[in-house]
Amino acid sequence: MSLLAILVAAAAPAVLGDPAQEARAHSLQMEIRCVQCENEPIAQSTSEIAADMRTLVRERIAAGDSDSEIRDFFRERYGDFVLFRPPFDARTWVLWAAPALFVLLGLWAVFTMRRRGAADAPAFTPEEGDR
Amino acid sequence: MIAEIGAFTAMLALALSLAQGLLGLTGARNEPRAGAAAALAQSSAWIAAISFACLIALFVRSDFTVAAVAANSHVDKPLLYKIAGAWGNHEGSMLLWSFVSAVFGAVLASTRGAQTQSLWARGVGVQGLVTAGALIYTLFLSNPFARLDPAPMQGSGLNPLLQDPALAAHPPLLYLGYVGLSVPFSLAIAALIEGKADQAWAKALRPWTLAAWTFLTLGIGLGSYWAYYELGWGGWWFWDPVENASFMPWLVAGALVHSAIVTERRGSIASWTILLAIMGFGLALLGTFLVRSGVLTSVHAFAVDPRRGIAVLVLLAVALGIGFTLYALRAPKLAQPAGFAAVSRESMLVWNNFGLAIAAGVVLIGTLYPLLVEALGGGLISVGPPFFNMTVAPLLGALFLILPFGPMLSWRVGDIAASAKKLAPAALLALATMIITLVLSQWRAIPAIGLALGVWLIAGGLVYVWTRVQRGEGRMLRKLALLPLAVWSMSAAHIGAGVLTLGAVAETAFRREQAALLNPGESVDFVGRRVTLLEVGEAEGPNYSSTRANFRIERDGAVQRMSAERRFYPTSPMPTTEVGILSSIDGDLYVALGDAARGESAWTVRLYYNPLVHLIFIGAIMMALGGALSLLALARRKRSGA
Repeated sequence: MSLLAILVAAAAPAVLGDPAQEARAHSLQMEIRCVQCENEPIAQSTSEIAADMRTLVRERIAAGDSDSEIRDFFRERYGDFVLFRPPFDARTWVLWAAPALFVLLGLWAVFTMRRRGAADAPAFTPEEGDR
Repeated sequence: MIAEIGAFTAMLALALSLAQGLLGLTGARNEPRAGAAAALAQSSAWIAAISFACLIALFVRSDFTVAAVAANSHVDKPLLYKIAGAWGNHEGSMLLWSFVSAVFGAVLASTRGAQTQSLWARGVGVQGLVTAGALIYTLFLSNPFARLDPAPMQGSGLNPLLQDPALAAHPPLLYLGYVGLSVPFSLAIAALIEGKADQAWAKALRPWTLAAWTFLTLGIGLGSYWAYYELGWGGWWFWDPVENASFMPWLVAGALVHSAIVTERRGSIASWTILLAIMGFGLALLGTFLVRSGVLTSVHAFAVDPRRGIAVLVLLAVALGIGFTLYALRAPKLAQPAGFAAVSRESMLVWNNFGLAIAAGVVLIGTLYPLLVEALGGGLISVGPPFFNMTVAPLLGALFLILPFGPMLSWRVGDIAASAKKLAPAALLALATMIITLVLSQWRAIPAIGLALGVWLIAGGLVYVWTRVQRGEGRMLRKLALLPLAVWSMSAAHIGAGVLTLGAVAETAFRREQAALLNPGESVDFVGRRVTLLEVGEAEGPNYSSTRANFRIERDGAVQRMSAERRFYPTSPMPTTEVGILSSIDGDLYVALGDAARGESAWTVRLYYNPLVHLIFIGAIMMALGGALSLLALARRKRSGA
């Protein structure tokens, strides 16, 4: 049974006719986690369930769902764990805000460091630096 | 008997490094005591070497009365993997960690250089305590010499995925990098105790940060290459937590390499350099914790034992606790010379640190966040490639945008207009790359920007070499020969980053994959190639049996052959894939053999086309080469007494 599923998925991939849709399907499949494997997207897993999930993505795209609708669809079925792109909500806003926060903190640090005194001595040539 | 000698010498090394720690820390104003600490550092390294040699001997002799050998080795294993088995498991790898730490302590003790006696003695002392901490953990929580009773007739073998030359070298290289970061940590703690971090201190720091960074580059590159050809899905980086665990110390080591230059040349940002050194070692320990504790569900976490994880966490808390407390108390009092001009070599190096440190911070929070959410009862979430690609990639992109200006600007006050003028050809080349990619890829902006950045780094690096050549005298060859090694090393590393960027962007954006069901004799057309399955046969390896498929590849009239295998190890339930890779100048054709169809003679074959993927590994080698040349340049400078 599992062999059959792999073959069905691998040998006869229901590739979407429109290349743009197929590209969308692939990028979504890279973002959805295989629920049976360890830290692998369904695009790359050879497991049976990943093959089913890949087919599901293509079906939803063919049915005209948007990317975020498809993400929500998987989230409702398998939980947040299934999305490599964490949703933005009460638990994860700190995560999503952190990069911007770090950048601001870094900018503040650089400018306070700089203000400790401006160098006004004559310029060294680069070679002096390399010696 | 060998196991007892091993355990005894490890215990002896522990006692010696504890004594080294005490004498070193109290020998700041006491010459004989500091000398004794240095002598103890030497002897502890030799004794630890004997201990590690004992472990290798046990693996070579397949002594299954020792638990670690029985759990990880097998009589049928080829000799190389018996030896590599010594560090291919948790217990052995911790002994390796301790051994490397002891050796680095000995090298630190014998290279005092221009450091003051007190700073040097304290550095040797702290390093002794680091070694002692690692040995305590090894001996009491993961003793590689523990006996097994009754002893089994046969060992259970190394994980077959790990039976590979690249993976035999991967852990020692990573550990050389991780432990290499313990020396900057020791020097930083010494400087904080001393209340002084001068230019001589930064000079002593530089070779260690360079060596650690170089080893980490090689170790990560090798691990990534292994993942590419061994795991069978054509990927080379997946932001897996364990990959991140080594990537964070690499980013911080890269920042430290650059900030130490500023501290050495200008005496400034010393406290930041100290903070980086503490964080670098903290992240190295955190990496060990993440891999060894089993808190992460990831392909790498073979060792699952919470007791050990907690112990590493305690060591981490002690190291960081002492480090940050000392930092908070002493750093504000460190003498800090004036700041820097907005446009100067040092400001560029500060921006480098800005980019690398923030990238490390983002990787850290992304890696730990699922654990935090779970611990706080928020359920399971995943933070994967989309998050990191969206945050770390733009940061590194911004860093690469300004990178070529760095070497062009002089210290103190640089001339941005003159540098921009010299770099104009590189910018034009990058712009052309961007436009061509946009047109050819039907207006995909991200790959176009990525490839342009790669070209910008490479061309910018070449422009820098060219401006330096022009300043020389005489004929072209003479000018090239007279270029300082530091110019070559820096350019190799920066151009290597560009080469890696090209490969990474091209592979990520333009890879193709296709699955096919083929009978022997059947063909499939794939990215301008006709792939024919010739035959599938059985073969026997030293400790495995394999199914081997041979293929014929036709491309523009040229015919080549390749093969792909699936290997079955009797010691492991899962078969491993040995993919076939046919490299050409434009990229790799990558073939993985899948299952046979039931009741048919057909086989599933997965085909991948990975454009420019070799540039990823060439780029990593160039970066490591840059690090190695830079070390050589420092060694020469020391010898010439400059």
